[in-house]
Amino acid sequence: MFGLSKTDTRFLLIVICLTLATPILLQPFPEGSGLAQFNAGYPDLMQRFAIFGIFAIGFNILFGLTGYLSFGHAAFLGVGSYSVVWMYKLLDYNVLWGLPLAIVVSGVFALLIGIVSLRRTGIYFSILTLAFAQMMFVISYSDLLGRFVGTSITNGETGLQVYTSDPQVLLGATEPNVPHLFGIVMRENFWQPNIGGWEFTFNNGYYFCAVIAILAFYLSLRIFRSPFGMMLRAIKTNQTRLNYTGLNTRPYTMAAFVISGMYAGLAGGLLAAMDPLAGAERMQWTASGEVVLMTILGGAGTLMGPVLGAGFIKYFENIFSKINDNVLHGWFAWMPDGLEDFIVTILHPFVGKGWHLTLGILFMLVVIFLPGGLVEGGSRIMHFIKRDRKAKGRDPEHHPEHIAYVAEKEEF
Amino acid sequence: MSILEVKNVNKRFGGLQALGDVNLSVQEHSVHAIIGPNGAGKSTLLNVLVGKLIPDTGSVMFDGQSVLGRKPHEINQMGISRVFQTPEIFGDLTVKENVLIPCFAKRDGAFRMHAFETVANEKAINEQAEAMLEDVNMLDKLDMPAESLSRGDKRRLEIAMCLSQQPRLLLLDEPTAGMARADTNNTIDLLKEIHEKRDITIAIIEHDMHVVFSLAQRITVLAQGTPLVEDTPDNIKGHPKVREAYLGEAH
Ligand SMILES: Nc1ncnc2c1ncn2[C@@H]1O[C@H](COP(=O)(O)OP(=O)(O)OP(=O)(O)O)[C@@H](O)[C@H]1O
Ligand SMILES: [Mg+2]
Repeated sequence: MFGLSKTDTRFLLIVICLTLATPILLQPFPEGSGLAQFNAGYPDLMQRFAIFGIFAIGFNILFGLTGYLSFGHAAFLGVGSYSVVWMYKLLDYNVLWGLPLAIVVSGVFALLIGIVSLRRTGIYFSILTLAFAQMMFVISYSDLLGRFVGTSITNGETGLQVYTSDPQVLLGATEPNVPHLFGIVMRENFWQPNIGGWEFTFNNGYYFCAVIAILAFYLSLRIFRSPFGMMLRAIKTNQTRLNYTGLNTRPYTMAAFVISGMYAGLAGGLLAAMDPLAGAERMQWTASGEVVLMTILGGAGTLMGPVLGAGFIKYFENIFSKINDNVLHGWFAWMPDGLEDFIVTILHPFVGKGWHLTLGILFMLVVIFLPGGLVEGGSRIMHFIKRDRKAKGRDPEHHPEHIAYVAEKEEF
Repeated sequence: MSILEVKNVNKRFGGLQALGDVNLSVQEHSVHAIIGPNGAGKSTLLNVLVGKLIPDTGSVMFDGQSVLGRKPHEINQMGISRVFQTPEIFGDLTVKENVLIPCFAKRDGAFRMHAFETVANEKAINEQAEAMLEDVNMLDKLDMPAESLSRGDKRRLEIAMCLSQQPRLLLLDEPTAGMARADTNNTIDLLKEIHEKRDITIAIIEHDMHVVFSLAQRITVLAQGTPLVEDTPDNIKGHPKVREAYLGEAH
C-alpha cells in the first residue's frame, strides 16, 4: 500500500495510530494525582512534538543519510516563520497561504547556502552552515534587510507580528482574528472530555500539525527506500567510491540539503501557524544545535529516531523544567526531615532550570552506551524479549541469533 | 585498434618525477599488464587515467576522446572503471546494495532525482545485481554489510561492482595483493572468465608474476616513472633489461 512494502505499510500505520492517539497516550495520569505534572497531553506541547518531529525528520534526511552535519538548520526554521507571518500581514490569518511559501522560501535559502557550503565536507561544511545561520540571525535581529529597503522585514528584536494597520487584503468580516484553516481556529479544542478523572484535550492545531507530520514522515520513508536514498547513504560511507562509480555526488547532497531545509521551513511555518509570531531567536545557533541533539539522541539515520529524540528533548524542556523544590519536597515528604532536605538538595541542580544538566548527562550516556540512539536501545530490548520468549527448545549454539546491523535498525 | 592512448605524460610531486614521458597504448579486448617495482608510478598512472590526478603535460585519449580535465564520474561514465589497491566499497551498505548502486549509475547516469521510486520495485536492476553476484560466487552474502567481508571478498565485491557497470576498460590495481594462493587462483579464473565472456579490455597492475603471466597478452614494464619495455609475456620473461630493473631486484 502507498507504494510501500508490507513491513513498511504496517510500520506507517502504527505511526499514524500513535500520532492520532497522542492526546490520550500522553495523559497517563489522572488529573489531581501527584504524577499529573508528568502528563504531556496539552495542546502547546503536543504541537511542539509534531513540529519538532518534522524538523528532525528533515534534518535526518541530510545528516542521517549523507552524514553532512549542518549546524545552521535553525535559519530555515526562522525563514519559515517569517514567511507565514508575512502572509498573515498581507493576506489574512488563513495558514494555507503561508505554509507553501515557507517551504519555497526556505528551499531557495537552502539552495543558496548549499551552493557555498557543500563545496566543503566534514567540519568545514558544519562551520560554513553555522556561519550562514549566524549571519541570518544577526540580519534578522537587527532588521538589516529592513533598514536597507526602507520598510521593516523582520521587525528586529521585537519580532514579526500582525498589527491592525497591516493590509490583510483577504480578511473577511466574520473571519477569526487568529491563525485558522478556513475558519478552523488552530488554538481551539474540538473535544475536551473528562473521563473518570482523566482529562483529554483534542486540539485543532495539534491535529493539523499531526497530519502534516504524518505526510512528512511518509515522504521520508519513501526517500529512505528509494534509489536516491540509497545514494545518500552511499555518500556517507564512501564518497570516493561513488565518484568512481560514475555518480556526481554534488547534486545528491544538494538535493538532500534543500529537502531538509524545506522540512525545516515547514516546521518554522507551523510554529507561526500555532502562534502568530516570528522572532530572530528562533534562528540562533542553540536552536540549530538542538536538532542535532534530537537526531543523535534518537538515532541518526533511522526512521523513527529523530522523532523520538525530538519528543524526548521537548518533554524534558517542558516537563522536567517545571519540577521545583516544592514538588521535590512533596515527593519525599515521607522521609525523615534531615534526609528529605538532603535528597532535595542533591536533586535540586538536576531539575527545574537544571533540566539542561540532566539532559546533558542522558545525552552522554546514550552516545557512549547506545551509539545508535534511543532506537538502538529499543531494538535491544525487543531482541532481549524475543530471545527470552524463544529461548526454550532452541539451541543458540547451532542457531546463532541474527544480529541487527545499521541498515536494519530502522525496522525497529 | 587501441582503446587507450597515453602520450608523453609527465607528473611531478615536488622534486619527485613520478611519471616521466609515459607512452602507452592498450589494444581493445586485450589484457594489458603494467608491472614495475614499488614506487615505479603504476598507481599514479592509474590515478591520471581515472581523473584523480591531472598530469603536468601529455595527453590521455580513451576511445578517441581526451579524458584530461574531466571529473572522475564523467570519465567513469565514458566507460572506465577502476578497482583500487585497497578496496573501495560502501562499507555500511549491504553486499547487494553495493552492486545495485553501479547498476543504477549505468542506467540513470551521473544524477537522477529518483526519490519516489523504490529500490525493491526495480525488478530488472535487482536481477542484474544478483546475477552479477552469482558470477563472483557471493549470492549467499547478499544481505551482509560489506564491511564484514574478508579482504578477498571485498576485492571480489569491488570487481563485481565495476563489472556491473559494463565498462569498456577495467583498471585493476593489484587485485590479488594480500590474497592467499587459493584466492589468487580464483581471482585469475574469475578475470579470465570475465575477459572471455564480456566485451571488455583489462589493464592490470600486479606484482605477482604468476597472475601476470597467466592473464596478460602484453606487458609494460615501468621503472622510476618511465616505461622500459613493452612486449609479449614470453619476450618479457627473457628480457635482460627487465631482469635487471625489476625481476632480479624484486624477487
Ligand atoms: N599524491 C602524492 N603526493 C606525493 N607523492 C606521491 C603521491 N602519490 C604517489 N607519490 C609518490 O610517487 C611515487 C610513485 O607512487 P605510486 O603509488 O604510483 O607507485 P606504485 O608503482 O603504485 O607502487 P606500489 O607498487 O608500491 O603500489 C612514489 O614515490 C610515491 O611516494
Ligand atoms: Mg600502487
